[in-house]
Amino acid sequence: MTSESLRNIWTIAKRELVGYFNSPVAYVFIVIFLLLNGFFTFMLGGFFERGEANLNAFFTWHPWLYLFLVPAAGMRLWAEERRVGTLELLLTMPIAAWEAIVGKFLACWAFLALALALTFPVATTVCYLGDPDIGGIIAGYVGSLLLAGAYLAVTVMTSALTRNQVISFILSVVICFFLILAGWEPVTNLLVRWAPDWFVNVVASFSVMPHFAGFQRGVLDLRDLLFFVSAMVFCLFSTSVILRGLRGA
Amino acid sequence: MITVENLHKEFGPKKAVNGISFSVKKGEILGFLGPNGAGKSTTMRMITGFIPPTSGRVTVGGHDIAENPIPAKKLIGYLPESAPCYSDMTVHGFLSFAAEVRGLHGTVREDAIRRVVGQCFLEAVLHQSVDTLSKGYRHRTCLAQSIIHDPEVLILDEPTDGLDPNQKHEIRQLLKRFGKDKAIIFSTHILEEVDAVCDRAIIIDRGRVVASGTPTELRGGHARLDEFFRSVTVSDTARRAD
Ligand SMILES: Nc1ncnc2c1ncn2[C@@H]1O[C@H](COP(=O)(O)OP(=O)(O)OP(=O)(O)O)[C@@H](O)[C@H]1O
Ligand SMILES: [Mg+2]
Repeated sequence: MTSESLRNIWTIAKRELVGYFNSPVAYVFIVIFLLLNGFFTFMLGGFFERGEANLNAFFTWHPWLYLFLVPAAGMRLWAEERRVGTLELLLTMPIAAWEAIVGKFLACWAFLALALALTFPVATTVCYLGDPDIGGIIAGYVGSLLLAGAYLAVTVMTSALTRNQVISFILSVVICFFLILAGWEPVTNLLVRWAPDWFVNVVASFSVMPHFAGFQRGVLDLRDLLFFVSAMVFCLFSTSVILRGLRGA
Repeated sequence: MITVENLHKEFGPKKAVNGISFSVKKGEILGFLGPNGAGKSTTMRMITGFIPPTSGRVTVGGHDIAENPIPAKKLIGYLPESAPCYSDMTVHGFLSFAAEVRGLHGTVREDAIRRVVGQCFLEAVLHQSVDTLSKGYRHRTCLAQSIIHDPEVLILDEPTDGLDPNQKHEIRQLLKRFGKDKAIIFSTHILEEVDAVCDRAIIIDRGRVVASGTPTELRGGHARLDEFFRSVTVSDTARRAD
């Protein structure tokens, strides 16, 4: 990776972010993100009733919340370029396709990170009311961010498949839903009744849930980290294959 | 500057481009003519590296566009047929982005933006959002993007499409001036434009070059270029009959 690649990635990412904040979509998204987080944490999660000095009631919902919010944030990334025809501009500029893919991905991920960072009042409340494990809270945030990144990489891939944002959204939700269900305890409990253990384990190993759960317990495990990173790399690589296929057709 | 050798492109069973070869030197303006669906845009997309050819070779400034795309693309300015622009930005924001992708930063970037804004008459809309521009202004914004790095090679797909008569005239003058030290390919359906601007033109029909030469040579015995154009290309009506 040369400094020129880094500069190109930064240029692409910056354009993407400027585009977000020039339209009302970014602000609407952040408000909805915060409202839903509040609703799930305090109403459904019973944050105060739990009387625990941690953020489990908050992070527990993220796989489900992100299931819709992350595809909504990322569905336009490539679909819109294809629909409007700016893909032709972008891919005839002197940048490599992978730089454009990474730049757009990082821009959207940074945007999601910003939305997540704005939930800091929840963390400060816990610190004020109790004496939480700060390391645990940080691990929770890191896990949540990685989860969002993995979903987003899936969305980037589905977004390159079509010029229709709605289709890109639906495909992405379906794939992410599978990534949850494959290792979600109620499902695995059902599976073990008729499938051998090794099979259940293989299916579950594709799931984000066991890896996300590690972070929620406050454990930063290298294997969990590796899982999320390889999921992102795999999806972004697939995106480059899809884009190359498009132009060859 | 540009060489195109035996270029073919097939979309499934359809042959969009069927063995086109030509070359363009520095200081030369080549006009691309041909009926709708002749393969002009497809050829330009292959020259700019947007779509790979089924077979054949393109080099720009000595760099093979397939094997060495980045150095080749650095030399090219490209205006796609639909003149796409990022609609969620202002004209200035869009041009800054184009400049930065081309490696222009800081005051160099601002100077380049000022230059193309003058050349394409965009002063009035500089801080307007791209999605509220009229068609002609959007077209000129995309044209401005293509010349922001003062490229040695310009590929323009219908650069005067959708412009008012005054603007058409201005853009032609601009092309003529650029033609002195750049290699330019542009496509058009306006035959007078070929007379007014080009050193050389080629006429493409159904993916093949059917005529090439200076506008005077092409006109030959015909009084007007459009008579010649009709004589070498098959019209859609004739095609439907066979
Ligand atoms: N992506 C594609 N898939 C299938 N066919 C295509 C594709 N792109 C172009 N074609 C076909 O290739 C042929 C040449 O198209 P092209 O756009 O190059 O024509 P053109 O000469 O630019 O026409 P116009 O004057 O209308 O702009 C057309 O028959 C078109 O339908
Ligand atoms: Mg065309």
